[in-house]
Amino acid sequence: MKNKILNISLVLLFIFIFLIFYRGLNNTNIYTPSKIIDKNIPTFSTTLLNSNIEISSEEIFVDERYYLMNIWASWCVPCRDEHPILLNLSRNYNIEIIGLNYKDRKENANLFLKKLGNPYKKILLDENGTEAIKWGAYGVPESFLIYKNRIIKKFIGPINLELFNDIKKIIK
Amino acid sequence: MKFLKLLSIFFFIFSFEILNAQDNDLENKITKNLRCLVCQGQSVYDSDSEFANSLKLVIKQKLNEGLNEKQIYNFLKDKYGEWILYDPKFGKNTYFLWLLPLFLFVIGGAIVFKRFIIKKN
Repeated sequence: MKNKILNISLVLLFIFIFLIFYRGLNNTNIYTPSKIIDKNIPTFSTTLLNSNIEISSEEIFVDERYYLMNIWASWCVPCRDEHPILLNLSRNYNIEIIGLNYKDRKENANLFLKKLGNPYKKILLDENGTEAIKWGAYGVPESFLIYKNRIIKKFIGPINLELFNDIKKIIK
Repeated sequence: MKFLKLLSIFFFIFSFEILNAQDNDLENKITKNLRCLVCQGQSVYDSDSEFANSLKLVIKQKLNEGLNEKQIYNFLKDKYGEWILYDPKFGKNTYFLWLLPLFLFVIGGAIVFKRFIIKKN
């Protein structure tokens, strides 16, 4: 009788532990941020690229329109991939693209824009990466779709055609 | 004279260290409790990645602004979610993690009690 109870409880324990580990298989062990976030944009003030003017977030996101905040750097290879899409967006659609130049050299950033074109209405400087943290970013490129001072969508990594279509649908 | 010079140099070096020690202690404590999001298995303190270096700067800024440890954790939790903290809070997904050791301790205690104490009597 005693042995029976022991055996059953051992089997139950095994099943229990198995289920826990089995469930754990589906969990990722890398950071996966949520993509749809409905949050207010962070308040900040930073200088613009190529000028010493300090500008605050209230002065940037004023109108009731869509903004795309794009974190980029000239040394970032995927940023080159998404650049034509950003150019297309800024030229043909009703959206204002704001750049946040992340840990870059000014000359390199300017060279990058001269070579590939400039889709940005304003370019903010983030020389030590602390501004990007206020946005909850952890790498480049990352983009945030903003409407009425709220972040409505977050894009991690370069914007590809699929995401481009997503943005088009939202801003229509 | 030489002795005096040496003494003043020593004094200068050590007084400088003491000034910074407290702030660095808290800063290190906080960064050790934060997970580096771009490098697996490392804390922000251990990592030398771009992200970790910027985060260390942010923490320094926040401490200078007068935020305490808990406020800094909350700030980062708001930005990056629970994942950035090494200390998981008691909740729906973590109750098992917190209660299992306690549960095993009670079972172990019961076995010890039954085996040794009751038998002795």
